[in-house]
Amino acid sequence: MKTTYREAMRAALRDALQRDERAFLMGEDVGRYGGCFAVSLGLLEEFGPERIRDTPLSESAFVGAGVGAALAGMRPIVEIMTVNFSLLALDQIVNNAATLLHMSGGQFNVPMVIRMTTGAGRQLAAQHSHSLEGWYAHVPGLRVVAPATLEDARGMLWTALCDPDPVIIFEHGGLYNVAGELADDAGPTDIDRAAIRRSGDDVTLITYGGSLGKALDAADALAVDGIDAEVIDLRTLRPLDSNTIVASVSHTHRAVIIDEGWRTGGLSAELSALITEGAFYDLDAPVGRVCSAEVPIPYAKHMEDAALPQVAAITAAAHAAMEGELSRHG
Amino acid sequence: MSAPKTHERSVVVDRDEGLRLLRELILIRRFEERCVELYSATTIRGFVHLYIGEEAVAVGVMQALSADDSIVATYREHGHALARGIAPGAVMAEMYGKVEGTSRGRGGSMHIFDRDHRFFGGNAIVGGGLPIAVGLALADKMQGRSLVTACFFGEGAVAEGEFHETMNLAALWKLPVLFCCENNLYAMGTALDRSESETNLAYKAASYEMPAWTVDGMDVLAVRDATRRAVTEIRGGGGPVFLELRTYRFRAHSMYDPERYRSKDEVETWRERDPIIVLTTQLIDAALVDDDDIAAVEANVGAEVDAAVAFAERGTLEPVEDLTRFVYSERAS
Repeated sequence: MKTTYREAMRAALRDALQRDERAFLMGEDVGRYGGCFAVSLGLLEEFGPERIRDTPLSESAFVGAGVGAALAGMRPIVEIMTVNFSLLALDQIVNNAATLLHMSGGQFNVPMVIRMTTGAGRQLAAQHSHSLEGWYAHVPGLRVVAPATLEDARGMLWTALCDPDPVIIFEHGGLYNVAGELADDAGPTDIDRAAIRRSGDDVTLITYGGSLGKALDAADALAVDGIDAEVIDLRTLRPLDSNTIVASVSHTHRAVIIDEGWRTGGLSAELSALITEGAFYDLDAPVGRVCSAEVPIPYAKHMEDAALPQVAAITAAAHAAMEGELSRHG
Repeated sequence: MSAPKTHERSVVVDRDEGLRLLRELILIRRFEERCVELYSATTIRGFVHLYIGEEAVAVGVMQALSADDSIVATYREHGHALARGIAPGAVMAEMYGKVEGTSRGRGGSMHIFDRDHRFFGGNAIVGGGLPIAVGLALADKMQGRSLVTACFFGEGAVAEGEFHETMNLAALWKLPVLFCCENNLYAMGTALDRSESETNLAYKAASYEMPAWTVDGMDVLAVRDATRRAVTEIRGGGGPVFLELRTYRFRAHSMYDPERYRSKDEVETWRERDPIIVLTTQLIDAALVDDDDIAAVEANVGAEVDAAVAFAERGTLEPVEDLTRFVYSERAS
């Protein structure tokens, strides 16, 4: 069937709410407004205000309420409008959700799902556009996933909700309108493994979320130049599927990481280190990185475009890898 | 602010309950005095925050709660754990860092957890436990359970944004939360009137349309009675209630504290209202107990504290190989 990322996510929410009476959605404007990105549109009418629960603008309180509700047997799905706003709930996510199981000696697990948008590309400037998922991927106790495809938009939520521990789902804001075909019987997907979205022999492009489309476009462009790129969609940012990454790089001998987050201290740095540790002697070129410029994301279209990983930068980095040159694009 | 006066009130307590309350107050006191000794001997490490002086608050509140109700406490929570009925040996073993401790020795003094007693920490971020309490209460309400979540926090938390977010959410959704604000007048070393423009804390809760009462936190019977009334209202579906429990910390904030921020006279004035003295006087005045009874309680508590220490001493250390256990839930393989 023809669908969109937004509709696939909504179908996943509906499915979860139908399957598990303990599940409920909570967040700012998820109910009457229909969700700030219209993901939950219509669910209030279907499931009622107890389970599609509008909250005040109190990120810390309602994320913490999700932690408490999870501790007491519910399966909360907490929506935060954007990753930038999630910083207002950082205490609850990092100090509570991520720590309680270990700190309590295994007594209290927190089976909650937190959904939030991430990423730039919509001219929303520096307080609505950042890609901070790498920060969360730094934290033991959290599982962090980034659905990049319709299948994963439809499939990751239920698996996350079944997880006994907190899972954060990052939905790139630029993906909601992506349309395509989804199998009628599409259902839950794993949240453990990276996926090879395109097989190739010459260079591995490693990415996730909103940058997957750019990486695939870059692979098409590289094919014209006779370079056969493999594209890995990480899908899960914590824990990273190091086996798939190392196996691919060991096969292609070259890697370029595309991450909309910043380079310094970021996810791309972790990936690069992982490759160095796992495939150093198989590398024919330094690991390349294409990241966002080290600036707060600006509003003006041409400036925003310049700040973000783009196809041309990815192909350039791949060419550099083929020539064995150190590449620092973006 | 001066010590609140003892209410002129008739003591409604019988001998058995009176002795039990006295025993709980004295158990917390003697347990923590032993903690001081063990800390000085470097057997216990980390931060240790003593509840000495504030015992009537935890003991009084717990009288009104059922075994299925939930507790969210702070990092100054030995008293709450003991008053909740958690074994003193397990609490002591936690401070010893032993696997027999309430949290396998992973939390220490500040992070006592006990699933069987629905004791959800031991939370050491000031204000951070409040949203969890609201969530516990939300789950109870959504699942149709007539339960209460008692959430303890100090008056310092009132300055945090999480306090205000939580007050609003709890009142807006009429959730069954008992907010127990332990006002001991100092957020570490910062006096209430140096950190709050409005020092009447009940006003703040009242501004969220929540019933808010100020209670003499040095009088365990007053705390018990106020809590019973509050819990009855909450179980009736009326939404949250806020209790400001006026109390005083007799000892340092943590183990090292030069106490430059308050006078010895002030401490001495409050010590005259020591909750153990207050209850003892009430019970003796009502001719419910005599000196022999009190001596028997002391002897009994002394033995229990000795047993707790012995239990902790006998305890074992968690194997280092278990370091990464429980970062994530263990699944059947």
